[in-house]
Formats: sequence, structure tokens, C-alpha cells
Amino acid sequence: MKIIVCIKQVPDTKGGVKFNPDGTLNRAAMLTIMNPDDKAGLEAALRLKDQYGAEVTVITMGLPKAEEVLREALAMGADKGILVTDRVLGGADTWATSSTLAGAIRNLDYDLIITGRQAIDGDTAQVGPQISEHLNIPVISYAQKIEIDGDSVIVERQYDDRYHVVKAKMPCLITALAELNAPRYMTPGGIFDAFKADITVWGRANLVDVEDSNLGLKGSPTQIAKASDKVRKGTGEKVNLDADASVEYIVGKLKEKHVI
Amino acid sequence: MALEEYKGVYVFAQQVDNQLSSIAFELIGKGKDLAKDLGTEVTAILAGYQVADLADELAAYGADKVIVIDDPELKDYRTEPYAHAVASVIKEFKPDIVLVGATAIGRDLGPRVSARVHTGLTADCTQLDIGDFPLVAIPGKEQLHNQLLMTRPAFGGNTIATIACPNFRPQMATVRPGVMQKLPKQEGAKAEIINYNPGFTPDNKYVEILKVVKAVTDTVDIMDAKILVSGGRGVGSAENFKLLEDLAAVLGGTVSCSRAVVDAGWKPKDLQVGQTGKTVRPHVYFAIGISGAIQHLAGMEESDIIIAINKDETAPIFEVADYGIVGDLNKIVPALTASLKAELANK
Repeated sequence: MKIIVCIKQVPDTKGGVKFNPDGTLNRAAMLTIMNPDDKAGLEAALRLKDQYGAEVTVITMGLPKAEEVLREALAMGADKGILVTDRVLGGADTWATSSTLAGAIRNLDYDLIITGRQAIDGDTAQVGPQISEHLNIPVISYAQKIEIDGDSVIVERQYDDRYHVVKAKMPCLITALAELNAPRYMTPGGIFDAFKADITVWGRANLVDVEDSNLGLKGSPTQIAKASDKVRKGTGEKVNLDADASVEYIVGKLKEKHVI
Repeated sequence: MALEEYKGVYVFAQQVDNQLSSIAFELIGKGKDLAKDLGTEVTAILAGYQVADLADELAAYGADKVIVIDDPELKDYRTEPYAHAVASVIKEFKPDIVLVGATAIGRDLGPRVSARVHTGLTADCTQLDIGDFPLVAIPGKEQLHNQLLMTRPAFGGNTIATIACPNFRPQMATVRPGVMQKLPKQEGAKAEIINYNPGFTPDNKYVEILKVVKAVTDTVDIMDAKILVSGGRGVGSAENFKLLEDLAAVLGGTVSCSRAVVDAGWKPKDLQVGQTGKTVRPHVYFAIGISGAIQHLAGMEESDIIIAINKDETAPIFEVADYGIVGDLNKIVPALTASLKAELANK
């Protein structure tokens, strides 16, 4: 079985956010991590590898620096890493990103593609389903459990108040929830090997069946009109009293606001 | 493509088990605002099996037209037949704007449809306006009018961005549930009904649903609660939530929680407030033992009155709280419950 896992290097949003003058994210200026949902997707792939035997290829689109998350994935147990990087791919929205990744994936054989549900920078959850559309394969989003059954996958698909047990013929794309599993750590041997491993680097020329008009900032239907720091409502009052006085304070406020 | 051919505001009227989701009415409510600015109408896209009788309810909440797509393949939500239904409506009727709820269904359906019809999709919008793009005229660049301006939080709620989709139609957005207001229900209102079926032929993209497993909870939806008593990791244990339940009971409120509580297995996911949970805007929100991670704040900061109780005076929750109390919840909460009980008994 061949599994492709799409991963993304994301800014660690705990470290604050920096912008370019055009309103796009200045990724080079921030601390980065492997996106948590993607890491769960990778772990799911590695567990399928442990259980059924599989070749796991990780692919990422980003700046040359994104090679770091590929090496981390290799150190966790992935077999191959592919970096898709090219100046013309910059500034892509989800349409252009999914077109790019689909163009890269068309070079590869696969039974299963796993992506994280969403990345913590954009929070869109769009790229996985959009890749599946470009590749004309089924998608099962929000996977909380994945099993293989012959030439099919059986997946628990989470909804707000229920889950569906869904069966799909492979090839198929699955988007993983961080809740799916607890990702393994890199092993010392894995880190050593990953450091030496060859990373395949692809540019625009390696993308199959994608028009230039679907790539990068120019190929992005959505455009940023404005980006700004979130304006939070101001801090109110803060008191530090003993328990009884605290209770009196809260009851007073509830009365003042006619809650009681 | 001729963009001006695209007309009207369309909303995806999500239904589950042949019951319309609240987001359907919220989207109609917001859609009416946008349609008014554009001088057009709101059309609801109602897809399902044996759902035709839901059209009147959509009319009661303001839909001018309802396109009914009724087919056995649409019985339970599956990506492909629903994407086919909505993409076919877009190709046939050419809407200017399509709004979809940012639910576990809509966040799967929206991207698949936008990729199929080749247009942009802005995720999880919290504000929608009609305006100019660019916002301010730039010499040498045409300023387009009557564009959908879609505003959304990004980077874990650290920033907000306003997005436009100037050169493709329809302009598509998924919209966070609980943010837009539904209109008052007008009993007896009628919409024009359009029955439409694009034909459903199962192919490799149709998945098979082997089982539907519903979560067994008898709790009220926290998005409808007027008073929420919300607990975080600081509550300490599942058992200790009893303190919050007692407080909620006295005030006629509902208990909700932060993600840490769900991760610890103390409370089910449908009670979770925040970026990966639900967006709530109750009249009063008690944040008890909740530190206030930015992802949590994103789900509750629109509440009218926020009262935070936390022993850590540097907790970020105090930055959005109207009334912050630094102290031990184990002492304050039971005393508060007792005091409120006495107050309310005297009324």
C-alpha cells in the first residue's frame, strides 16, 4: 500500500504573528512547527504502515525552510519526503495550494492520501477536500478512526452530534483530526537517518496538468482586502478579594445588570 | 466568464435527519441584509430526501425562493451527492453569492463545491458586507463595487482578515454558526418553490455509510443558552463540575467547557466552546478555571457579560472579562450558588 501524507510547516501561533506589507503572512519571521492535525495524519499513516505494511511519502509545499518538517516526518518513520517549492507558488490561497499539491501528487502512485483537517494558521480545512476534487477521488473529512478492508478504507467520520462509519474504495483522501491519535516521537536513529536522507525537491516544472493561471498569488481567486491585529474588547474590572467579598461582588454585578 | 450574469444570494439550508439546522436561518438572515444592499433576493438551497415540507420554514425565516433537490441519494450527508447537488445549482442558476454554514458538513461541502466550479471560498467568516474592492481606490487599478467582503479570524484568532473574490463567481463563504442573527419567524410566509434534480449517478466518489452513531446526550445546545457556566482545566476533575452544575441550576443556565476539559474526558465535545468547538454569545458567560487560550476566546468573547474566576491573576481570560475575580473557585463557586439561592428565594 502506498500512502501520501500532506503536511504543512506552520507558524507557532503562540509566538505572535508577523505580516508582509501586502497583508500576507511573513512566514520567514516566525517560529515554526509541523501542523498538529497533519502530525496526527502522519501518525495515522505510520500506524497503517505498522499494521498492514505501507510506503509513506510526505509532501509539503512551502519555502525551502519547510524541508525541516519533512525531516521531522522522516525521523518519525516516513519513507520519502518531497518538497514543492518555487517562487511562482507564493501567496497561494486554498484553490491555488490544492491545485499545486494535486499537480505534484499526479506524479505519484497512491492508495490513500491523508491530510490534516486544517492548519492552525489559516484554519480553513479547505485544502484536503479541494485536492480530492482536483484528483477526482472520494474524500472523507474529520476522520477519528481509520481501518483498511481489502481495497477499501473504513473510517469513522465525526459530525457535531454523531459519527458515520463510512466505507470508500481506494484511492481515497482522508482528513485527520488531531484527536485521532497521539503522534509518536522521533527516534534518535530516525533523527540521524533523516538528517542524511535525500529530500526530493520539485518546482513548477514538475507539476502535472496544472495551468500557470491556477498557481500562486495570481492563481488565487480570493484576495486579501485588509488584514489587521484582532481588536479585543477592553479589559474590564479585576478584583482580588476573599471568597465572601468575591461572592458579594459578583451578586452585586448580576443585580446591577438585571441578570437576577 | 461574464461576472454580471451571476445574480442573487443563495444559502445552503443544512438539514440533518430532516430537521433544519439553526445555521440555515442565520444564513437567510444575513443573506437578506446582503440582498437588500444588492437589490436582489435570497434563495435557499434545500437538499435531502423527503425534505420538501421544510421549505415553508425557510420561507418563515425570510427565504424568497427555495430550490428543493429531493433524492434518495441525499438521505444522509455524503460529500459527493451533496457537492453534485450544490455545484449543479450553481451551474444552472448562476448565483452571485453562495453562503454555507461552517459546520462539520459545510466545511467539507464548501471546499469540494468551490473546487468543482472553480471559485474562491473564504472559511469561517464572522462578518459579511457588501463594499468596494480594493477598499480604497488605488490609482491605475479598477475599483470594483458591490463585492462581497468576507471577514474572518485567522492565525488562531490573533488577526482578522477581510477577503474578496473579485474575478470569480459565485463569491463563496462558509459562515461560523451562532454569529449571524436570524430574522423573527413570520408564520404563513411563502416562498417560490423550485423543484430541481440534476440526476444522481453513483460513481467512485460515492462512499457507503455503514452505520450512523448518534451521541447520546440530553443536554441543551450551548449555542442557545442565555447563561453559560463554563469550566476549564482549573476545575480539576469531572466530579468537581458538580459545583458548576449547581450554579447553573440556580441561574437557569447551562454548563459548557473548554477544550482541555474535553481532552481530559470530563465533558463531551458538544459542550466545548472555542475555535474547534462552538461559538457562543450568551447574555452571561462565567469562565471558571479557564485560562483563556486565544482559541477559547474566539468562541466566547462576543458574550454580553463575561465573569471570570481564576486563581492565576495573569490568566489571559481577564483580558476579555468584564468582571474578573482572582481567587479559588472551590471556595467562591459554592458560596456564590448559596448566596444566589438565598437572593432568588427572597424575590
